[in-house]
Amino acid sequence: MNRLTLLSLQVLVAVITLVFWHIASTTTLIGNPKTISFFFAEPLAVGKRMVQWFIEGSIWYHLGITLTEAALAFIIGSLCGIIIGFWFARKPLLAAVFDPYVKAANALPRVVLAPIFALWLGLGIWSKVALGVTLVFFIVFFNVYQGVKEVSPAVLSNARMLGMNERQLLRHVYMPSALSWMFSSLHTSVGFAVVGAVVGEYLGSAAGLGYLIHEAESVFDVTGVFAGMFVLMAFVILVDWLVTLVENRLLVWRPKTSIISTR
Amino acid sequence: MTIAQKAGLDANAVELDGVKIAFQLPDGGTYEAVGETHLTVSDREFVAIVGPTGCGKSTLLNATAGLLKPAQGQVRTFAKPLAGLNKHAGYLFQQDSLMPWKTAIDNVAIGLEVAGTPRREALERARVWLGKVGLAAFADRYPHMLSGGQRKRVGLAQVLIRDPKILLMDEPFGPLDAQTRLIMGDLLLNLWSADRKAVMFVTHDLDEAIGLADRVIIMSAGPSSRIIGNYAIPLPRPRDMAEIRSDPQFHEVHREIWNALKEEVLKGYRQSEEVQS
Repeated sequence: MNRLTLLSLQVLVAVITLVFWHIASTTTLIGNPKTISFFFAEPLAVGKRMVQWFIEGSIWYHLGITLTEAALAFIIGSLCGIIIGFWFARKPLLAAVFDPYVKAANALPRVVLAPIFALWLGLGIWSKVALGVTLVFFIVFFNVYQGVKEVSPAVLSNARMLGMNERQLLRHVYMPSALSWMFSSLHTSVGFAVVGAVVGEYLGSAAGLGYLIHEAESVFDVTGVFAGMFVLMAFVILVDWLVTLVENRLLVWRPKTSIISTR
Repeated sequence: MTIAQKAGLDANAVELDGVKIAFQLPDGGTYEAVGETHLTVSDREFVAIVGPTGCGKSTLLNATAGLLKPAQGQVRTFAKPLAGLNKHAGYLFQQDSLMPWKTAIDNVAIGLEVAGTPRREALERARVWLGKVGLAAFADRYPHMLSGGQRKRVGLAQVLIRDPKILLMDEPFGPLDAQTRLIMGDLLLNLWSADRKAVMFVTHDLDEAIGLADRVIIMSAGPSSRIIGNYAIPLPRPRDMAEIRSDPQFHEVHREIWNALKEEVLKGYRQSEEVQS
């Protein structure tokens, strides 16, 4: 199948869905349009609302807040994950001692931490950042840990025989190996950073996409909820696309067929 | 100690003095991979070590490299007891051991870089070495974009650029096809003849061993494998790996070694099969 056919088929799915949605919410073909549009909104109204947000410019503020929170969560979570992952991988005793606690902390569904973080850090961006960090940290941590542990013994022995000292091994062998594992989970960790931000906003905040959706929902403004969801969707797709660009740049040395998704 | 010995001349490049290598088993017992072994490799000598798979040939190389501590005995290199890694040795491993995240040229240059050579100079010299192994056009490829034989060439350049006095090779051409092995053998002999390092070349291929080496060491099958034969190869150099096989003298040497060892080697194979089953 060539690209054009594929693309047109993909567009066709969207068109059919939208047309069906439009007919269902404006005509009596399926049921009472009033009821249906109350629960599912009308596609045209949703579109209009989104256009209105962008024309007014109010959406940029919320997008900016969510993006800031997600970016901070990703950066802080990744840094902590890299440092602690390295540290644990190079100090097996430490890893063994903390193993049950790491597992326990990771077992906790992070959403329940949101109220605690709101209590500790207030309703500003930092409580959302903290929630995102707890999500990102574990993914990066486990991948870096694994990456350091899984360095091929042959590569390691070879590097030693080539005269590398501990510091050089870290820089030329452990670090690239760990980072390649981390990058292969980049989609997941960036995704979780956004989840942390939006869920945090949803549970208590005064700005951001999560807040926008929550506000609309609390006054039964289903149109607003759907518009917020579509903006969020587009936002995540855009971020994911950027991640793919970064990933392709950073992992050029990897054979295309063996890029492993670790989650 | 004489002055010559101090300068590292004249002294044997490698001396394995009563080296015994054992591993701790998970159940608490020990497995003796290599029984008491004495082996000397002179400077500038090419020694091939032949034996059935799993007879501890690699283990012996690892001990010489300093990657493994012998349970008993001493490893000396240029008359000095080995402590830690063997700084005189370059090691070409059996498995792929290039850093997959570095390009061919970066892989070759790294040995110089970590020793403090400025990056620009290291890269220049790496380019020269890639040319010597016939990969000048592949400098910017990552290892996964190279064939098995090309990766071995990069590995060879990576090791030789550091100019080690001892070259340890662990079935380096094992995974390659027969034709590529011949070509790699010729390449190795070519590079080696330029400055004649001491070489310990492990292989399970008697033909390859006779074609390459000045001396062929035969080891018995493990456990507690030991040296069961030591043959000087009188074939003249320079040699051609493909042509030498049709040389009558090659056949003579081959027959001599094989006749003397057939029984022993077959016994060894049977032993190792019994152990495995």
